[in-house]
Amino acid sequence: MNFPILSSLILLPTIGALFILFTKSSSGKYQSSKYVALFISLANFLLSLYLWHVFDKNSVDFQFVENREWLSGFINYKVGIDGISILFIILTTFITPICIISVNATITNRLKDFLIAILIMETFMIGVFCSLDLVVFYLFFEAGLIPMFLIIGIWGGERRVYSAFKFFLYTLLGSVLMLVAIISIYWITGTTDVEKLYELGINAEYQNLLWLAFFSSFAVKTPMWPVHTWLPDAHVEAPTVGSVLLAAILLKMAGYGFIRFSLGLFPIASENFTMLVYILSLIAIIYTSLVALMQEDMKKLIAYSSVAHMGFVTLGIFTMTQQGIEGSIFQMISHGLVSAALFLSVGVVYERHHTRLINKYGGLVSIMPRYAIVFMVFTLGALGLPGTTGFIGEFLILMGAFEKNILVAMIASLGVILGAAYMLWLFKRVVFGEMNNQELKSMKDLKTFEIITLSALVIPILFFGFYPEPLMNSIEASVENTLNMYNFDLINNLASKD
Amino acid sequence: MENFQYILPEIFISISIMLFLLVGVFKKNSASLIYNLSNISLLILLALIINLSSLDTIYLFNDSYLIDNLSNYMKIILVGSGIFVMLTGSKYIQVINLNKIEYPILILSSILGMMIMISSNDLIVFYMGLELQSLALYVLASFNRDNLLSTESGLKYFVLSALSSGLLLYGCSLTYGFSESTNFDQILINSTEFNYGTTFGIVFILVGLAFKISAVPFHMWAPDVYQGSPTSVTLFFAILPKIAALSVFIKFLYTPFANMNDQWQTIIVFISIASMIFGAVAAIGQKNLKRLIAYSSISHMGYALAGLATVSNQGIQSSITYISIYLVMNLAFFSCLFMLKRDDKYYENIEDLSGLSKKHPILSFSLLIVLFSLAGIPPLAGFFAKFYVFLAVIEQSMYFLAIVGLLATVVAAFYYLRIIKIIYFDPEKEEYETSHNLGLKITLAISTIFILAYFLYPSGITEIVSKITMI
Repeated sequence: MNFPILSSLILLPTIGALFILFTKSSSGKYQSSKYVALFISLANFLLSLYLWHVFDKNSVDFQFVENREWLSGFINYKVGIDGISILFIILTTFITPICIISVNATITNRLKDFLIAILIMETFMIGVFCSLDLVVFYLFFEAGLIPMFLIIGIWGGERRVYSAFKFFLYTLLGSVLMLVAIISIYWITGTTDVEKLYELGINAEYQNLLWLAFFSSFAVKTPMWPVHTWLPDAHVEAPTVGSVLLAAILLKMAGYGFIRFSLGLFPIASENFTMLVYILSLIAIIYTSLVALMQEDMKKLIAYSSVAHMGFVTLGIFTMTQQGIEGSIFQMISHGLVSAALFLSVGVVYERHHTRLINKYGGLVSIMPRYAIVFMVFTLGALGLPGTTGFIGEFLILMGAFEKNILVAMIASLGVILGAAYMLWLFKRVVFGEMNNQELKSMKDLKTFEIITLSALVIPILFFGFYPEPLMNSIEASVENTLNMYNFDLINNLASKD
Repeated sequence: MENFQYILPEIFISISIMLFLLVGVFKKNSASLIYNLSNISLLILLALIINLSSLDTIYLFNDSYLIDNLSNYMKIILVGSGIFVMLTGSKYIQVINLNKIEYPILILSSILGMMIMISSNDLIVFYMGLELQSLALYVLASFNRDNLLSTESGLKYFVLSALSSGLLLYGCSLTYGFSESTNFDQILINSTEFNYGTTFGIVFILVGLAFKISAVPFHMWAPDVYQGSPTSVTLFFAILPKIAALSVFIKFLYTPFANMNDQWQTIIVFISIASMIFGAVAAIGQKNLKRLIAYSSISHMGYALAGLATVSNQGIQSSITYISIYLVMNLAFFSCLFMLKRDDKYYENIEDLSGLSKKHPILSFSLLIVLFSLAGIPPLAGFFAKFYVFLAVIEQSMYFLAIVGLLATVVAAFYYLRIIKIIYFDPEKEEYETSHNLGLKITLAISTIFILAYFLYPSGITEIVSKITMI
């Protein structure tokens, strides 16, 4: 395989962004740049599907590896994918065109700049999921802050400046410690190449501190309680498309990082800190679910539900069981689809009625029947009804948790009930009930492009909910390999202690 | 006489200075002519230095003058940035009526002084170069003599700088007294044993140098001088003396005082941490862009010194890389400042940037890139500068320095973000002029592209710098 397919995936959106930058915008409506962006992102989606097609699902090695000299001989530009990363790449390339289609609903000024920001963002996100060198990973991980900061700050709501700053500074603060850890790893082992590090292993005495440094970055990004507070702010103030990107993909970077780096590089420390992660995850699940129950703002409610769902993800990863980790990955993909869909759904009514307050709505089912149907599918997906992707993820995570710690699993199961409570209550208040607000009567049902985007999300949610095999198939070998390495390192460490 | 071919650049620039002075005295209204001639002579100077750079280490004049890879590299970036400083400022000094013959001549003499500093291998030669550059800088700072702030800044700089020069001289004499030589290599040989005299000498010399590089706690002149001086002079202040002073820092720490690193390492670590934190915190409340960039440069010098504090080759190289990238970022930033012009008036407050992005997308994009780069966000050049420094710092297991430094970047990110917020998120104000002179546009374009595309080939500067070995 000589064609650098991963680099093309990474670079294509940037090339598109440059192209948009230099095209003249026609007649102030900027339509041409939108089609260019859509074309580029769809091309990227097709490319990633092709990648999935040629990807060997039974191999545990990294595939399509590109290794180029980059930083004067000691750090290489290295990218490659395994069964885990490919799903996240497809999720990214799938969500981006949906974002671009939905753009004209919410973004009225400076559309061209917005499209450029989204495409650049896509480059960085794909880069995160396929980098196989810690420095390259850090580069992409941090670089994503710049476009996201601008997306929230320029096109956001009233408190956008506060939210953008909070988002940027929280994430940066968490990440700088990771940079220290990455450089330390370089001096301890002599390389930042992930594959080599898997082979070499890192000395047990350093692992705890390094793990904590990585954790500080991933915990902020996940976000885990108690550093989750930036997320509701960022979500509420960001434009719909920004929220979609944030919830669907940005949050997944941390979960991916946990599996790839925390488990892969620091197995002993991961084992030591399992309880910490369990407790934080449980607090996230229970506490933020309760907080979500009391929200009056729809976006805020969904933001808190994201924290709770990511709590399940971290819980599942640190069960260190095949089911738990597979469930976490599945849950991340599912949450990527469902939360994107929910934010888009909120965007639909927000655009018509210009408020996100739940009590301003009610009885939408009689005037927007199509909307009520898709919104119901997403609500059920979010609460994990069997037949949607949400169920499979949560089920597998809880299975993994029961195997390790029954108490933790039982508390986490409460979260499922709470999740059903706040989602159904939201649905009831918005879609059913009496229509007290007379202004609502003028609201129109879904437009064509909304039908396209929302049904594009309904299909995978239901399809993979009934038939998860294609996704599971892809991650199975890689997860098994990760776990084998993990257990192998642990046993070795125990043996060396004796 | 054969030695003279090696100091041809210095001789050339001295003769040019005298010649231009004569032309200026005897020819009326020759300010623009001399400005252009100075630019050309700087170009020739650059060519002469590059021509020398293939040579090995050469000692001249009884070992008191040293030409090696380090000094050549430093001189190249010094003169190179000097050219860009002249290019960007040419329109500015015409508009604010400073286009006098003395201006380019003072800049040239200051550059000559810095070149002597960089190449000096002897306390006396070093002091001579230092004073030559300082005297020129005093006048440059107060060059806009009808302006109260400019006069004040010149006077302030003169008084404080004279004080620091005094301390420095005292340190030199102590060092001479206890090591019986003024020659750097000789001092190194003679100062193998610990004694308080040399330690005091080191402290006084470091204080003097820290003043020149505007490191905390000897930074108090910087904000006032940066704000008061004409912007083109501020740009000069922000870049060239820093290059010279850093290079002298390297020279002092790793030639005469190389054996005493347990004495000076703590001092440098302290200065570095103090500068990083103070620069980051104090910049938050600033309203004037020039004053803000003064604090920003204080904290940047902290990072450059952090590399030196490591006592390793890697550290020195990272400092040199840092200053190289730093100068490009400053050039880009000041080029943007020069573009904030409306009706022959230059604007330099942060509020003046409000909503800039709507009318001036390209200018704001450049500022965005520069500011994120100054904040050290990947994948821009500023990140790599910091990355190299921390790579060196962590190699020596100086985790405290690394963590404090990185946390300071988060604080610093706040005020850079604040400017970006004003440019991009705030309501727009009046439009600025869009026609600028070519030199300014070229400088901005080159420096922005450098910052933006640095990640494509990050080993460029490192490879050159790695040839400069000290220890």
